Amino acid sequence: MRVVEKRQLLSAEEIGRTLHRLAHEIVEKSGGTRDLALIGVRRRGVPLSERLAKIIRTSSSVSIPVGTLDITLYRDDLSTVAPQPVVQSNEIEFTVDDRDIVLVDDVLYTGRTVRAAMNGLFDLGRPRRIRLCVLIDRGHRELPVEAAFIGQSVQTSDTEIVEVRLQEIDGDERVMLVDRVS
Amino acid sequence: MLLIKNGRVIDPGSRTDAALDILLDGERIANVGAGLSAPAAETFDAKGLIVAPGFIDLHCHLREPGQEISETIETGARAAARGGFTALCCMPNTQPVNDSASVTRGIVERAAASACVRVWPIGAVSVGSKGEALAEIAAMKDAGIVGVSDDGKPVATARLMRQAMDYCRTLDLLVIDHCEDPSLFAGGVMREGPTSVRLGLKGIPAQSESICAGRDVELAMLTGARLHIAHMSTRGSLEFVRSAKRLNLPVTCEVTPHHFTLIDEDVRYDTNYKMNPPLASRSDRQALIEGLADGSVDAIATDHAPHHPASKDVEFDRAPFGITGFETALALGLAELVHAGKIPLMRLVELFTTGPARVLGRERKLAAGQPADLTIFSPDHAWTFRACESASKSRNTPFDGRAFRGAPMATIVAGRVVYRREAAATA
Amino acid sequence: MLERLQHLLGAETLTREQVTFILDQAKPFQEFQRHPLKKLATLRGKTVALAFFEPSTRTRISFATAAARLGADTMNLQAEASSLRKGESLIDTVQTLEAMRPDGIVIRHNASGAAEFVAQRLAIPVLNAGDGSHEHPTQALLDALTIRDRKGRLDGVNVTILGDILHSRVARSNIFLLSKFGARITLCGPGMWVPRELELLAPNIRRVLRVEDALAGADVVMVLRVQTERIHEPALAAEEYILLYQLTAKRLKLAAPDALVLHPGPMIRGLEIDPAVADGPQSGVLEQVTNGLAVRMALLYHLVGGAPADAPHPAKERSSAAD
Repeated sequence: MRVVEKRQLLSAEEIGRTLHRLAHEIVEKSGGTRDLALIGVRRRGVPLSERLAKIIRTSSSVSIPVGTLDITLYRDDLSTVAPQPVVQSNEIEFTVDDRDIVLVDDVLYTGRTVRAAMNGLFDLGRPRRIRLCVLIDRGHRELPVEAAFIGQSVQTSDTEIVEVRLQEIDGDERVMLVDRVS
Repeated sequence: MLLIKNGRVIDPGSRTDAALDILLDGERIANVGAGLSAPAAETFDAKGLIVAPGFIDLHCHLREPGQEISETIETGARAAARGGFTALCCMPNTQPVNDSASVTRGIVERAAASACVRVWPIGAVSVGSKGEALAEIAAMKDAGIVGVSDDGKPVATARLMRQAMDYCRTLDLLVIDHCEDPSLFAGGVMREGPTSVRLGLKGIPAQSESICAGRDVELAMLTGARLHIAHMSTRGSLEFVRSAKRLNLPVTCEVTPHHFTLIDEDVRYDTNYKMNPPLASRSDRQALIEGLADGSVDAIATDHAPHHPASKDVEFDRAPFGITGFETALALGLAELVHAGKIPLMRLVELFTTGPARVLGRERKLAAGQPADLTIFSPDHAWTFRACESASKSRNTPFDGRAFRGAPMATIVAGRVVYRREAAATA
Repeated sequence: MLERLQHLLGAETLTREQVTFILDQAKPFQEFQRHPLKKLATLRGKTVALAFFEPSTRTRISFATAAARLGADTMNLQAEASSLRKGESLIDTVQTLEAMRPDGIVIRHNASGAAEFVAQRLAIPVLNAGDGSHEHPTQALLDALTIRDRKGRLDGVNVTILGDILHSRVARSNIFLLSKFGARITLCGPGMWVPRELELLAPNIRRVLRVEDALAGADVVMVLRVQTERIHEPALAAEEYILLYQLTAKRLKLAAPDALVLHPGPMIRGLEIDPAVADGPQSGVLEQVTNGLAVRMALLYHLVGGAPADAPHPAKERSSAAD
């Protein structure tokens, strides 16, 4: 598949500022951090959740537990994928029961990933509340899912792809809007 | 009258290997010589072909009476003719077992009516081949058997074998044994060795055969009877036969084409590689080829054992033992023994003709007055054996799809051409 | 990119990379066994046929549970000896099953080669749950996972296998699998059940007849079941076996300190293994059971899950139907 860059949505610096803002919003709108926990959805939700926790620790001196959720087994498109995708483990050291969970992912699109993530969370226990934090909301929901914490909302078309590049995974840092070329 | 011209006549009986013509008149050979002419005769141009005495198969299973779903005397004979065989010795493990003159007569009559090649039945040693009482061997001899065997099983006890040998000596009848020790064989399905261990299949040690062969040779020493070891497959058995021959005892043996071609390592759960005796070790195969070359082995015999496809298409453990063999025997002999430089062509012809004839106490040669049984073959015709084209009712062969150099081109029995390979490209 | 596994017929034909992949994929399923809610929808709508032609409780339950936890349905065939005697052939039985369109078949049969036989004739994935004396690959995989977790590695481990090796599919699969990682394998048992040819199965195998010599320096001791149900073989008296080969606490001390003790089950306590050893700290038998579930879930996920390799994408089907 060939893609062409259309425009940059966030620079490295803008990502950093956005994450700061999101971190503060999470603390403000959580009515206390006692049961708060961040869970990053593999892959890129993971470094984002870790960064958010770090910002919260630095600015509020509060340590929020962070976990990792792999949603492969909960995807709704597995019967159409051959060969089967590689499964990875969750890494959640705390119980999910009665927790105030903030799910963290890079892009919110159709909502299916979030649906799968919620299924995965409910297999682990019964959270008190789940809210969603995303870097980019690009619209085109196919399920009734909404994010409580949004870095940036972007209008996109079907053929476009929001490409998020993070240092920990991709070696560089920016968010691009690219278009598929036939 | 049929004049076979321009062929290369190989006649082991007279050690002839020369460009000669053969004139057949009725059921006999009328003349053998160079540049024969017979204006009244039909001509067969054998240019580029070998003309040999008619091949004899000492060991095969025609399944009639009782198992006609796998083969009949008629279909077996047709397959044999395609393989160049002019005479067959069929084993008695039919249903009912050929242990009485009436069954023997039935087979002989059936053969006369439907078989295009000669059929010489082997009778059972014991009633029902159960290994208890001797069968009515003399009556069967009158009815036409040429030897006795409980093939499929060994002659059950040393005592019974001794009795049979003593009895058959007075009748001048050949005793053929399928050598096996049941307690060592016990549920085995292939040769015991590295392959059986790797595949998790119950193995049969080589000693199962050689212990019984040793027993039989000792008893032959005791009784002086004519003993023939069927489908010999091990070095150990061959050694016993050699020691008997050194003592000038009338002990003979045969080897099948699959035993000088394949080994136990070739087995991998394909039931077309399951037979009894099982495919042997590399070293056994080597010993058998040496025996074929040095004269310790008297004959090649096919042990053609047809089984209808459904019965073989099961798990290895449950499949019956046996593979077909008529149509590939000569080609395998040419490939594995002659083209491979192990034995000369004359010796191969001997193993199919005078060798088996001598075991039976008969003659087989190309000379005036002899029966007009001939096998005409090409030593280098290129063809591919396809099981689905076989004249046998069964398809159980490991050689399906194998390319060969050399094939039977015509088979003549009692002066009649009963098989002729089409000159077409598919042949 | 790992070549997609179509069947799991044996350990012998797996590459080292494929084994590593399966063990790695079993890890998330190990973690899954600790979830309070052990039910996924991953294989929902898929059916797994469990064709057990040999009596088996543990392996069958393990596969059935693995399938159920992935959300799949199962078809259960337990052919007793009598129905086999009724003459229905293996082909007919599995083709009957196949006509009900399962998405995969798990087969256990008493004929060596049976799994391969079935795989050659069916169009669906086949998992070998034990064929005669030949292979029991999922057992070897769960054993390897247990060893890797406890010992931190598979490479170069010293493994001693104790018992009737000749008739053991567990032994063969373990020998094939562990030797891919350079394990050093010692085989020990009564002489007639440990033939020399076993040393040819893979590199670095030695055959030792005295249990004391076999245990020296072992990192892993695998104790095999004494099979009392066998025809054509005179049995060995239990007292003889205990005297010569039972894994006692005293004998275990000859192995490396902290050696791992494994047993494929079911155990005959007091026969091949001293109960104190079976229940002791060095025993990994309970982990073997949990790991069996994890390995079988990973295998079902990869072999039975997903679209067939050549299936058209459903979205394409929808769009062409709309025309």
